[in-house]
Amino acid sequence: MLLSRSSLKSRWRAFFSRGGVGHNAPSWGVVALFILPAFLLYTIFVIWPLAQSFYFSLFEFKGLARGPFVGLRNFRELFTRYPLNEQLPRAFLHNVYFFIGTMLVQNTLGLLFAKLLYKPRCCKRFFQTVYILPYLISALVVGYLWSLMLNPLFGPVNRLLKAVGLGSLARPWLGDPATALPAIILVNAWQWVGFPMLLFSAGLANIGEDLREAARIDGATRWRLFWHIELPLLLPVIGIVTVLTFIGNFNVFGIVWAMGGVNGEPAGATDVLGLVFYRTAFRGGVDAFGLASALAVLMFVFIFGVSMIMVSLFRRWEANLR
Amino acid sequence: MSTLTRPSRRVDLFTLGTQILLWSYAAIVLGPLLLVVSNALRPTREIFKNPLGLPTSPSFESFVKAWEKANFNTYFFNSLIITVAAVLLATAVSALAGYMLGRYRFRGSAFLTAYFLAGLMLPFRLAIVPLFLLLNDMGLVDSRLGLILVYAATGIPFSVFILSSFFRQLPQELSEAARIDGAGEFTIFGRIMLPLVRPALATVIVFQFVPLWNDFFFPLVLLRSTDKWTLPVGMTRFFGEFQTDWSTLFAGLIITTLPLIVIFLLATKQIIAGLTAGIGK
Repeated sequence: MLLSRSSLKSRWRAFFSRGGVGHNAPSWGVVALFILPAFLLYTIFVIWPLAQSFYFSLFEFKGLARGPFVGLRNFRELFTRYPLNEQLPRAFLHNVYFFIGTMLVQNTLGLLFAKLLYKPRCCKRFFQTVYILPYLISALVVGYLWSLMLNPLFGPVNRLLKAVGLGSLARPWLGDPATALPAIILVNAWQWVGFPMLLFSAGLANIGEDLREAARIDGATRWRLFWHIELPLLLPVIGIVTVLTFIGNFNVFGIVWAMGGVNGEPAGATDVLGLVFYRTAFRGGVDAFGLASALAVLMFVFIFGVSMIMVSLFRRWEANLR
Repeated sequence: MSTLTRPSRRVDLFTLGTQILLWSYAAIVLGPLLLVVSNALRPTREIFKNPLGLPTSPSFESFVKAWEKANFNTYFFNSLIITVAAVLLATAVSALAGYMLGRYRFRGSAFLTAYFLAGLMLPFRLAIVPLFLLLNDMGLVDSRLGLILVYAATGIPFSVFILSSFFRQLPQELSEAARIDGAGEFTIFGRIMLPLVRPALATVIVFQFVPLWNDFFFPLVLLRSTDKWTLPVGMTRFFGEFQTDWSTLFAGLIITTLPLIVIFLLATKQIIAGLTAGIGK
């Protein structure tokens, strides 16, 4: 894993400017034969439907049939029609909690594990492999697995708490609105913690050993080395992890479905935008497709817009540190 | 004397603390997974009596039940066909496009590269309404082929990204020599270049397989008949029907995950390469 220390920005610029190595490109016919299969498949099934969402959001739908142009009415409906007007802000807030919780728990732990496993130590490969393992499992399977683990009657978690004398902590984790969402956030972190760990490990390996050596000779303690040398140099990776976490958390779906059902039980305490979007599109009324397209546009603009803002903030921050 | 020993004792405490932390977290990861295996091997009655116990007389009855009675045989083969077909299709078309974009500069090549890479950041699921209508017009709703095409399309950005950067690194002399010998573009691609990017192909194949095998959203929306369902969608019905039969539930979880565990053990390196592709290199 050879990592250059240049910022993400310059790396992307290099990627685009390098274009290709050959100068005598083959004829257009040959170029087309190579490019077209991927281009068509990707355009027809990914780009075209995404673009159409914007267009469809301005029309009234009757079932599968597109009706008259209605301007921004679908967008107004999202915020005025009951129960959407209540569910949407609540779900949005839950996604925000999800993001904050994941940053605090999953990504902090990921950084800690990366740092602890950076030095050669006993069973390093074993730990890394084990920590990545849950990433492989379907979010739905992870959700179902943990809903059995957290079952109030027969769940091993409550039994274990009682067995070690902490029985007072045992509760119906997923049945109580106060603990249901935090429980799902923790389970999601359990699944994903290996991902930030790997990215941070790659970032740490990227920091030159001579820099660490110099700091040590200057008498820097372990903590100061981490706080003043390693952490600032990890900023590009922290940026990537933050943006990917944001995108992932605002698209969260399967794990919440498995643990809270399609309505985000109990009583909507675990409802998230992904579930609201699914219900609006496929469990909604006759005009569902127009409303769902409007919601898709809002979510798309928000997720994409905030990611872009985050990327530029991190870049500026990086530039200031240099 | 004491000034010499104190730092080393502190280091020892630090190392000890670290080891305890690392082993505890490993237990938090592995504990539930081992519990699933252990509980799938014993009857529900025993699980309810003691959820943390070990099987007294291990039996594979629950696996047979999940496989036959709960339709996991159907779901499993649907998942396998759909995932393998989509991964192969996406890899094939991405290798072609990645080769052209990685090796040559022509008018529009920078735009095309950007166009493919934009897909790395797009939330595909939000396009489900137009996609549903499109597939409906093509007669591809409730069809395995429809799902294969959608999955292949979503795999293209990552595959083009990885493969084009690998093709770019291959030395120019190789293709020049072949061209002088009279080889055409397709021969150079298939005979010389493609075998050289095998590690990248492995990364792309393994790394696409995992999310497609696990995907729940697209089959939930696009597949109607239960005989076409994939494992994740089948799982939702299964958990309703077998609610009280925990032993079978655990067996179902294992059947769904087993192929991924096998892949993981065979290709840990490729999976890590895929996960760190954003910052690697």
